[in-house]
Amino acid sequence: MQELSLNILDIAENSVKAGASLITVAVCYRPTADRLTVTITDDGCGMDAETVRKVTDPFYTSRTTRRVGMGLPLWKMAAEMTGGTMTVESAPGVGTTVTAVFGMSHIDRLPLGDLPQTMATLIGGSPEKDFRLEFEYDGARFTADTREYRAVLGEEISLAEPEVLAFITGQVAEGMAECCPAPEKL
Amino acid sequence: MKSLEELAALRERMKNNVAMRQDNSTATRVVVGMATCGIAAGARPVLTAFVEEVNRRGLKDVVVTQAGCIGMCKLEPIVEVFQPGKEKVTYVKMTPEKVSRIVTEHLVNGNPVTEYTVGAYME
Repeated sequence: MQELSLNILDIAENSVKAGASLITVAVCYRPTADRLTVTITDDGCGMDAETVRKVTDPFYTSRTTRRVGMGLPLWKMAAEMTGGTMTVESAPGVGTTVTAVFGMSHIDRLPLGDLPQTMATLIGGSPEKDFRLEFEYDGARFTADTREYRAVLGEEISLAEPEVLAFITGQVAEGMAECCPAPEKL
Repeated sequence: MKSLEELAALRERMKNNVAMRQDNSTATRVVVGMATCGIAAGARPVLTAFVEEVNRRGLKDVVVTQAGCIGMCKLEPIVEVFQPGKEKVTYVKMTPEKVSRIVTEHLVNGNPVTEYTVGAYME
Protein backbone atom coordinates (compact mmCIF):
# COMPACT_ATOMS: atom_id res chain seq x y z
CA MET A 1 0.00 0.00 0.00
CA GLN A 2 1.31 3.44 -0.90
CA GLU A 3 -1.00 5.48 1.32
CA LEU A 4 -2.44 5.00 4.80
CA SER A 5 -5.87 5.88 3.43
CA LEU A 6 -5.77 2.76 1.24
CA ASN A 7 -5.14 0.64 4.35
CA ILE A 8 -8.02 2.44 6.05
CA LEU A 9 -10.25 1.61 3.07
CA ASP A 10 -9.18 -2.03 3.20
CA ILE A 11 -9.77 -2.45 6.94
CA ALA A 12 -13.09 -0.58 6.88
CA GLU A 13 -14.23 -2.83 4.01
CA ASN A 14 -13.61 -5.75 6.38
CA SER A 15 -15.92 -4.03 8.87
CA VAL A 16 -18.58 -3.76 6.17
CA LYS A 17 -18.25 -7.48 5.48
CA ALA A 18 -18.48 -8.17 9.23
CA GLY A 19 -22.05 -6.85 9.12
CA ALA A 20 -21.37 -3.56 10.93
CA SER A 21 -24.05 -0.86 10.81
CA LEU A 22 -21.73 1.95 11.98
CA ILE A 23 -18.04 2.23 11.12
CA THR A 24 -15.99 5.03 12.64
CA VAL A 25 -12.62 6.15 11.28
CA ALA A 26 -10.65 8.39 13.61
CA VAL A 27 -7.42 10.05 12.43
CA CYS A 28 -5.56 12.02 15.09
CA TYR A 29 -2.31 13.94 14.52
CA ARG A 30 -0.40 15.06 17.63
CA PRO A 31 2.66 16.97 16.35
CA THR A 32 3.97 17.75 19.84
CA ALA A 33 4.05 14.05 20.72
CA ASP A 34 5.13 13.16 17.15
CA ARG A 35 2.29 10.66 16.97
CA LEU A 36 -0.36 9.85 14.40
CA THR A 37 -3.11 7.53 15.61
CA VAL A 38 -5.64 5.89 13.29
CA THR A 39 -8.54 4.00 14.84
CA ILE A 40 -11.19 2.06 12.95
CA THR A 41 -14.13 0.93 15.06
CA ASP A 42 -17.14 -1.11 14.04
CA ASP A 43 -20.19 -2.71 15.61
CA GLY A 44 -19.97 -5.81 13.44
CA CYS A 45 -19.92 -9.49 14.36
CA GLY A 46 -16.56 -9.25 16.18
CA MET A 47 -14.00 -12.02 16.63
CA ASP A 48 -13.16 -14.47 19.38
CA ALA A 49 -9.81 -14.32 21.18
CA GLU A 50 -8.28 -17.10 19.08
CA THR A 51 -9.14 -15.32 15.81
CA VAL A 52 -7.79 -12.01 17.15
CA ARG A 53 -4.54 -13.78 18.02
CA LYS A 54 -4.16 -15.03 14.44
CA VAL A 55 -5.38 -11.95 12.66
CA THR A 56 -1.94 -10.50 11.90
CA ASP A 57 -0.72 -13.78 10.45
CA PRO A 58 -0.73 -13.29 6.65
CA PHE A 59 -1.37 -16.98 6.15
CA TYR A 60 -4.57 -16.89 8.18
CA THR A 61 -7.86 -15.65 6.75
CA SER A 62 -11.53 -16.39 7.24
CA ARG A 63 -12.35 -15.84 3.58
CA THR A 64 -12.60 -18.63 1.05
CA THR A 65 -11.63 -16.90 -2.20
CA ARG A 66 -7.92 -17.04 -1.41
CA ARG A 67 -5.82 -18.43 1.38
CA VAL A 68 -3.86 -15.38 2.48
CA GLY A 69 -5.04 -12.28 4.35
CA MET A 70 -2.67 -9.35 3.91
CA GLY A 71 -4.69 -6.37 5.13
CA LEU A 72 -3.94 -6.30 8.86
CA PRO A 73 -0.37 -7.69 8.52
CA LEU A 74 0.45 -4.82 6.12
CA TRP A 75 -1.17 -2.31 8.49
CA LYS A 76 0.85 -3.68 11.42
CA MET A 77 4.06 -3.50 9.40
CA ALA A 78 3.29 0.07 8.31
CA ALA A 79 2.91 1.12 11.96
CA GLU A 80 5.83 -0.82 13.41
CA MET A 81 8.31 0.38 10.80
CA THR A 82 7.75 3.92 12.18
CA GLY A 83 8.32 2.85 15.79
CA GLY A 84 4.59 2.55 16.40
CA THR A 85 2.15 -0.21 17.26
CA MET A 86 -1.00 -1.88 15.96
CA THR A 87 -3.57 -3.45 18.23
CA VAL A 88 -6.87 -5.23 17.66
CA GLU A 89 -9.60 -5.40 20.27
CA SER A 90 -12.67 -7.43 19.51
CA ALA A 91 -15.54 -9.30 21.11
CA PRO A 92 -18.06 -11.55 19.39
CA GLY A 93 -21.37 -9.77 18.92
CA VAL A 94 -19.95 -6.43 20.03
CA GLY A 95 -17.55 -5.30 17.32
CA THR A 96 -13.91 -4.64 16.59
CA THR A 97 -11.50 -1.76 17.13
CA VAL A 98 -8.24 -1.61 15.18
CA THR A 99 -5.78 1.01 16.43
CA ALA A 100 -2.53 1.91 14.71
CA VAL A 101 -0.03 4.37 16.16
CA PHE A 102 2.64 5.84 13.87
CA GLY A 103 5.73 7.90 14.44
CA MET A 104 4.38 11.01 12.70
CA SER A 105 7.67 12.40 11.38
CA HIS A 106 9.38 9.04 10.85
CA ILE A 107 10.97 8.85 7.42
CA ASP A 108 9.24 5.52 6.69
CA ARG A 109 5.77 6.73 7.67
CA LEU A 110 3.47 6.45 4.65
CA PRO A 111 1.55 9.60 3.69
CA LEU A 112 -2.12 9.74 4.63
CA GLY A 113 -3.12 10.04 0.97
CA ASP A 114 -6.60 10.72 -0.31
CA LEU A 115 -8.77 10.19 2.77
CA PRO A 116 -11.78 12.09 1.28
CA GLN A 117 -11.81 9.67 -1.67
CA THR A 118 -11.53 6.70 0.69
CA MET A 119 -14.58 7.90 2.64
CA ALA A 120 -16.52 8.44 -0.60
CA THR A 121 -15.59 4.94 -1.78
CA LEU A 122 -16.77 3.39 1.48
CA ILE A 123 -20.03 5.34 1.51
CA GLY A 124 -20.72 4.77 -2.19
CA GLY A 125 -20.10 1.06 -1.86
CA SER A 126 -22.37 0.60 1.16
CA PRO A 127 -24.86 3.48 1.22
CA GLU A 128 -27.13 1.58 3.60
CA LYS A 129 -24.46 1.62 6.33
CA ASP A 130 -23.32 4.55 8.42
CA PHE A 131 -19.79 5.91 8.47
CA ARG A 132 -18.28 8.54 10.71
CA LEU A 133 -14.96 10.30 10.17
CA GLU A 134 -13.28 12.02 13.10
CA PHE A 135 -10.24 14.01 12.01
CA GLU A 136 -8.05 15.87 14.48
CA TYR A 137 -4.85 17.82 13.99
CA ASP A 138 -3.19 19.30 17.06
CA GLY A 139 -6.51 19.86 18.83
CA ALA A 140 -8.47 21.18 15.80
CA ARG A 141 -11.30 18.78 14.93
CA PHE A 142 -13.55 17.98 12.00
CA THR A 143 -16.23 15.29 11.82
CA ALA A 144 -18.33 13.94 8.98
CA ASP A 145 -21.20 11.57 9.70
CA THR A 146 -23.51 9.88 7.21
CA ARG A 147 -26.31 9.93 9.78
CA GLU A 148 -26.34 13.72 9.45
CA TYR A 149 -26.32 13.49 5.65
CA ARG A 150 -29.11 10.92 5.75
CA ALA A 151 -31.24 13.18 7.95
CA VAL A 152 -30.98 15.91 5.31
CA LEU A 153 -31.39 13.72 2.23
CA GLY A 154 -34.28 11.60 3.52
CA GLU A 155 -35.19 8.27 2.00
CA GLU A 156 -35.56 9.40 -1.57
CA ILE A 157 -31.93 10.23 -2.36
CA SER A 158 -29.21 7.64 -1.87
CA LEU A 159 -25.85 8.48 -0.36
CA ALA A 160 -24.39 6.65 -3.38
CA GLU A 161 -25.59 9.29 -5.82
CA PRO A 162 -22.47 10.71 -7.50
CA GLU A 163 -23.44 14.29 -6.72
CA VAL A 164 -23.83 13.43 -3.04
CA LEU A 165 -20.47 11.63 -3.00
CA ALA A 166 -18.87 14.67 -4.65
CA PHE A 167 -20.34 16.85 -1.88
CA ILE A 168 -18.99 14.52 0.82
CA THR A 169 -15.53 14.34 -0.79
CA GLY A 170 -15.38 18.13 -0.98
CA GLN A 171 -16.64 18.64 2.55
CA VAL A 172 -14.12 16.19 4.03
CA ALA A 173 -11.25 17.75 2.08
CA GLU A 174 -12.23 21.25 3.20
CA GLY A 175 -12.73 20.12 6.81
CA MET A 176 -9.30 18.52 6.93
CA ALA A 177 -7.71 21.59 5.34
CA GLU A 178 -9.30 23.86 7.97
CA CYS A 179 -7.79 21.76 10.77
CA CYS A 180 -4.34 21.32 9.32
CA PRO A 181 -1.91 24.14 8.42
CA ALA A 182 -0.40 22.09 5.57
CA PRO A 183 -2.84 19.34 4.51
CA GLU A 184 -0.71 18.45 1.49
CA LYS A 185 1.99 17.23 3.91
CA LEU A 186 -0.28 14.87 5.89
CA MET B 1 -16.76 25.05 4.16
CA LYS B 2 -19.54 23.01 2.57
CA SER B 3 -22.45 22.97 4.99
CA LEU B 4 -25.48 20.76 5.49
CA GLU B 5 -27.52 23.67 4.07
CA GLU B 6 -25.70 23.10 0.80
CA LEU B 7 -26.60 19.42 1.00
CA ALA B 8 -30.24 20.37 1.55
CA ALA B 9 -30.09 22.58 -1.54
CA LEU B 10 -28.55 19.68 -3.45
CA ARG B 11 -31.41 17.48 -2.31
CA GLU B 12 -33.96 19.99 -3.61
CA ARG B 13 -32.21 20.05 -6.99
CA MET B 14 -32.00 16.26 -7.18
CA LYS B 15 -35.27 15.03 -5.76
CA ASN B 16 -37.35 15.53 -8.88
CA ASN B 17 -35.07 13.79 -11.33
CA VAL B 18 -33.17 11.21 -9.35
CA ALA B 19 -34.28 7.64 -9.04
CA MET B 20 -32.81 5.62 -6.20
CA ARG B 21 -29.86 3.62 -7.52
CA GLN B 22 -30.79 0.04 -7.06
CA ASP B 23 -29.66 -3.20 -8.57
CA ASN B 24 -32.28 -4.44 -10.97
CA SER B 25 -32.40 -7.14 -13.61
CA THR B 26 -32.33 -4.77 -16.58
CA ALA B 27 -29.35 -2.70 -15.47
CA THR B 28 -25.77 -3.10 -16.57
CA ARG B 29 -23.60 -3.83 -13.55
CA VAL B 30 -19.98 -2.68 -13.36
CA VAL B 31 -18.27 -4.52 -10.50
CA VAL B 32 -14.86 -3.38 -9.23
CA GLY B 33 -12.78 -5.77 -7.10
CA MET B 34 -11.99 -3.98 -3.84
CA ALA B 35 -10.13 -6.53 -1.70
CA THR B 36 -6.60 -5.82 -0.41
CA CYS B 37 -5.10 -6.93 -3.72
CA GLY B 38 -7.36 -4.66 -5.76
CA ILE B 39 -6.98 -1.64 -3.48
CA ALA B 40 -3.18 -2.00 -3.41
CA ALA B 41 -3.09 -2.24 -7.21
CA GLY B 42 -5.14 0.95 -7.69
CA ALA B 43 -8.84 -0.04 -7.65
CA ARG B 44 -9.98 3.05 -5.76
CA PRO B 45 -9.22 5.59 -8.52
CA VAL B 46 -10.62 3.14 -11.11
CA LEU B 47 -13.91 2.93 -9.20
CA THR B 48 -14.00 6.72 -8.84
CA ALA B 49 -13.37 7.13 -12.58
CA PHE B 50 -16.28 4.80 -13.43
CA VAL B 51 -18.68 6.64 -11.09
CA GLU B 52 -17.65 10.00 -12.52
CA GLU B 53 -17.79 8.90 -16.16
CA VAL B 54 -21.18 7.18 -15.80
CA ASN B 55 -22.50 10.29 -14.04
CA ARG B 56 -20.98 12.65 -16.61
CA ARG B 57 -22.71 10.79 -19.42
CA GLY B 58 -25.97 10.59 -17.48
CA LEU B 59 -26.27 6.80 -17.89
CA LYS B 60 -29.31 5.84 -15.80
CA ASP B 61 -29.32 2.07 -16.34
CA VAL B 62 -25.75 1.45 -15.17
CA VAL B 63 -24.93 0.48 -11.59
CA VAL B 64 -21.32 0.72 -10.39
CA THR B 65 -20.71 -1.60 -7.42
CA GLN B 66 -17.90 -3.22 -5.46
CA ALA B 67 -16.89 -6.81 -4.80
CA GLY B 68 -14.25 -8.53 -2.73
CA CYS B 69 -11.38 -10.57 -4.13
CA ILE B 70 -12.24 -11.79 -7.63
CA GLY B 71 -9.47 -14.39 -7.44
CA MET B 72 -6.78 -13.30 -9.91
CA CYS B 73 -4.76 -10.99 -7.68
CA LYS B 74 -1.86 -10.48 -10.09
CA LEU B 75 -4.27 -9.06 -12.69
CA GLU B 76 -5.82 -6.45 -10.38
CA PRO B 77 -7.40 -3.96 -10.62
CA ILE B 78 -10.14 -6.13 -12.14
CA VAL B 79 -13.51 -4.89 -13.36
CA GLU B 80 -16.35 -7.15 -14.42
CA VAL B 81 -19.20 -5.94 -16.60
CA PHE B 82 -22.53 -7.80 -16.46
CA GLN B 83 -25.18 -7.03 -19.04
CA PRO B 84 -28.51 -8.88 -19.13
CA GLY B 85 -28.49 -11.65 -21.74
CA LYS B 86 -24.80 -11.26 -22.51
CA GLU B 87 -21.67 -13.01 -21.37
CA LYS B 88 -19.70 -11.41 -18.54
CA VAL B 89 -16.70 -9.35 -19.65
CA THR B 90 -13.65 -9.18 -17.37
CA TYR B 91 -11.23 -6.28 -17.71
CA VAL B 92 -7.82 -6.63 -16.06
CA LYS B 93 -4.90 -4.37 -15.14
CA MET B 94 -7.33 -1.48 -15.15
CA THR B 95 -6.34 2.17 -14.90
CA PRO B 96 -8.48 5.32 -14.68
CA GLU B 97 -7.29 6.19 -18.20
CA LYS B 98 -8.95 3.06 -19.64
CA VAL B 99 -12.32 3.83 -18.09
CA SER B 100 -13.56 6.45 -20.55
CA ARG B 101 -13.06 4.10 -23.53
CA ILE B 102 -14.84 1.21 -21.79
CA VAL B 103 -17.80 3.42 -20.92
CA THR B 104 -18.02 4.76 -24.47
CA GLU B 105 -17.46 1.58 -26.44
CA HIS B 106 -18.90 -1.07 -24.12
CA LEU B 107 -21.50 0.47 -21.85
CA VAL B 108 -22.89 2.92 -24.41
CA ASN B 109 -22.30 1.16 -27.74
CA GLY B 110 -22.27 -2.49 -26.60
CA ASN B 111 -18.83 -3.38 -27.97
CA PRO B 112 -16.43 -4.73 -25.33
CA VAL B 113 -12.88 -3.34 -25.53
CA THR B 114 -11.26 -6.67 -26.32
CA GLU B 115 -7.67 -5.55 -25.84
CA TYR B 116 -8.26 -4.75 -22.15
CA THR B 117 -9.91 -8.08 -21.32
CA VAL B 118 -8.49 -11.04 -19.46
CA GLY B 119 -8.63 -13.06 -22.69
CA ALA B 120 -6.30 -10.64 -24.48
CA TYR B 121 -3.94 -10.55 -21.50
CA MET B 122 -3.63 -14.33 -21.38
CA GLU B 123 -2.86 -14.71 -25.10
